[in-house]
Amino acid sequence: MATFNITINGKKQAVDADPSTPLLWVLRDHLKLVGTKYGCGIAQCGACTVHFNGSAVRSCQLPISSAADNEITTIEGLSENGDHPVQQAWLEIDVPQCGYCQAGQIMSASALLKRNPNPSDSEIENAMNGNICRCGTYTRIKTAIKKASNSEIA
Amino acid sequence: MSKVKTGIGRRSFIKSVSVAGGGLIIGFNWLACKRTTEEGSEEMAMQMPDEWFELNGYLKIGDNGIVTIYSPNPEIGQNVKTSMPMIVAEELDVDWNNVIVEQAPLNTDVFTRQLAGGSQSIRQGWESLRTAGATARQMLLTAAANQWEVPVSELSVENGIITHSGSDKSIGYGEIAKAAAQVEVPEEVELKDNDNFKIIGTSRKNVDAKKIVTGKPLYGLDTYRDGMLIAMIVQPPAFGMEFKSMDAEKVKEMSGITDVFTIDTYPEDMEKEWSDVAAFSKLVVVVGESTWQVMQAKKALDVEWELNPKLTEQIQILEKSAGMDGASGLESSDLHASLMANVGTKKSEIVRKDGEPEKAFENAARVIERSYTCPFLAHNCLEPMNFFADVTEDKAELYGPIQTPEYAEKSVNRRLGINLENIDIQMTRMGGGFGRRLYGHFLVEAAVISQKLGKPVKLVYSREDDMTNGVYRPAYHVTYRAALDGNNKLTAFHVNAGGIPESPLFANRFPAGAIENYLAESWMLETNISVGAWRAPRSNFIAGAEQSFLDELAEEMGQDPIQFRLDMLKRAESDPVGEDNDYDAARYAGVLKMVRDKSGWENGNTNLNRGVAAYYCHNSYVAQVLDLTIKNNEPAIDKVTCAVDCGIVVNPDAAKNMVEGGTIDGIGHALYSEITFEEGKPQQNNFDDYRLIRHKEAPKSIDVHFGNNGIDPTGLGEPPLPPIQGALANALYKATGKRFYKQPFINELKTQETELKT
Repeated sequence: MATFNITINGKKQAVDADPSTPLLWVLRDHLKLVGTKYGCGIAQCGACTVHFNGSAVRSCQLPISSAADNEITTIEGLSENGDHPVQQAWLEIDVPQCGYCQAGQIMSASALLKRNPNPSDSEIENAMNGNICRCGTYTRIKTAIKKASNSEIA
Repeated sequence: MSKVKTGIGRRSFIKSVSVAGGGLIIGFNWLACKRTTEEGSEEMAMQMPDEWFELNGYLKIGDNGIVTIYSPNPEIGQNVKTSMPMIVAEELDVDWNNVIVEQAPLNTDVFTRQLAGGSQSIRQGWESLRTAGATARQMLLTAAANQWEVPVSELSVENGIITHSGSDKSIGYGEIAKAAAQVEVPEEVELKDNDNFKIIGTSRKNVDAKKIVTGKPLYGLDTYRDGMLIAMIVQPPAFGMEFKSMDAEKVKEMSGITDVFTIDTYPEDMEKEWSDVAAFSKLVVVVGESTWQVMQAKKALDVEWELNPKLTEQIQILEKSAGMDGASGLESSDLHASLMANVGTKKSEIVRKDGEPEKAFENAARVIERSYTCPFLAHNCLEPMNFFADVTEDKAELYGPIQTPEYAEKSVNRRLGINLENIDIQMTRMGGGFGRRLYGHFLVEAAVISQKLGKPVKLVYSREDDMTNGVYRPAYHVTYRAALDGNNKLTAFHVNAGGIPESPLFANRFPAGAIENYLAESWMLETNISVGAWRAPRSNFIAGAEQSFLDELAEEMGQDPIQFRLDMLKRAESDPVGEDNDYDAARYAGVLKMVRDKSGWENGNTNLNRGVAAYYCHNSYVAQVLDLTIKNNEPAIDKVTCAVDCGIVVNPDAAKNMVEGGTIDGIGHALYSEITFEEGKPQQNNFDDYRLIRHKEAPKSIDVHFGNNGIDPTGLGEPPLPPIQGALANALYKATGKRFYKQPFINELKTQETELKT
């Protein structure tokens, strides 16, 4: 066990954990930020996607020892009032079915739009291919990303 | 939104009266309350009524006009949490913006059927949901009429405001709710004509959407309680194996690990429910303070497993019957394929016979015979199996994702010996169901573990545990034969279907009823791999196989595949063969005509590689046309057109979402997914080797059309999945010139040099 100082959603906090503990389980078990989901544990499903210094990463593969001293944003911190353009687009298109993968989808999509505000269809598919939706909302996700990409705020 | 209920516990609660459904909801969800207290915003708290009045078990009305409607059934992504309350709100005549939806607790006295399965929630809930709304509406009107001393017939209501036609009097539901709660429950109520629907048939957003997109705790896995421990299982590595011994000393000393022991979830003498399916009853359990610590301990644990002779005996007998040497009783996919092709049909039994099929085949000028197979599949709900349990001496609190709470309650009662009234099962929103969570062994396991520990515990399956735990979609095999006479006319049809360990046959579905000489046979083979209902059970294979065969048959007969089916359906409608046909030929033909029209089938763009299929299951009819091209030996699906007849569509945009999802789910599994076995061991255990459809492979567009026939709603969660597999196979044929008989199709695509027709 060791103590790590991490900054999550702009908030600095200390966490006691084994250095090998993935950020995913620190978020969920230690900090009770449960919006970041466990789906596979091997970076194959994308349900655990967070922003690490602005880029989308799979938090199940990021040990807390590497996460410390970096800027981390989770779905809970994507926007203050749940009104990030991607979240708004998700609501407008009514994307979710079971909803379990959607936080990860939204984190991947918002990271994409940050670096590429007007992605093409194939750029969207490439950026999102690591996020599985078991219910099959892929077409709606793409529609929502396009909607958000045209938004003035994005 | 359900957030508004924050603080219910702090305020005076239900003013109760007798209830239409024969019971009352009393008390409230302690966990939900705790959860929402944390979320409650000031703005929402301001909307809170001071008092709630419960008019029946389905709803309560606040003194400020806010209405809480309980959604009775488990929410697995089929969106019943929105659509079921919409039906209540419709008859209640309330403004949907003033409605809060809450997941109802398990109470079958009030809600009768609280099960997510068989695409039956809306169909079977239709009348009771409407009655609940209409009964409350009637009580509110009666209370207003009494207060104003006017006849009820002079009152009308819109958006929760009652008005009197003879004066300018009006009153809101919130103001009259207290009086309404004292009104006697009417014995009869009138339901609306379909023409007067204001909410049903309009698109309303998912009531949990805001919570989903902001990452609020909604799912079982999101449960955290003070003093709660994490438990995980270690299960046998292969079907047919069982626990022998372990050395847990080292692991018990690991950081954060509190206990390692074994459990027997279902002792042999326990009376089981149908839902108590579990391949592995005896499990090793590792308990600790955090999930990661327990995951590490699992890996370090030294467990010895051994063959279970009792489990493997049947398989050895099958192996010997197939003439195989060295029968071990541990199954492999090669063995399955061999048994299904060579042994299964020898065990066939006739299920239905019309006319003289044998004679027709004898006299045939030509017989076309084709066989189709599919592998076992895992459900792979993205939220792995899990459950929270807090069991004390005489009480069990259970909270988590379960499609069959009613049956799970009985299992816990029998297993733990705790009285039914002391077992509280609360349903969370579920990260997928697909049939997997019908089988609540994980809930029982959590309860057994918590009882043993005397502490609250959350049982968590890793993805690997989840994928190798069984309850799979069975492996199936079907052979179709068609007899054609000298004029290339279809004279007989024979279906012989079976599987491990059940047959996918529906003997009375189309094309039964459309062919004079018809023979349907069925068989099954034993296995020690556990199986369960997987979205559209049995249909999820046989639809695609049948629709592929009909496509090939139409081609052999030189007919357009849609017209060929329509001609058969015409016969089934006007002069049906046999009496037990379980489909409506006119509705079946209706979706085929609709998809022909909407896809522009007859405009004949011959450059398109398109396939068509139609199927009836779960009381609904779906036809689909799929267009694809092949790029680098992988299909790129350009467009799918869907025509659906599921009666009245309650929430159209959400229903479209469901059809889109079912279509993608069906394509993905037919193309990419399989569980294979060697020596009883599943060869896939995570998404790196179990391929699920992804963004790039999804159709570029899906066009959904609903028939509008005013018939009471039928199923929708499952029907869009089965036929798309046939449409896909038929489109692949157009693109490659080869027929696809064996799922997943990608294996055959990879092994052949596919050629583009255009």
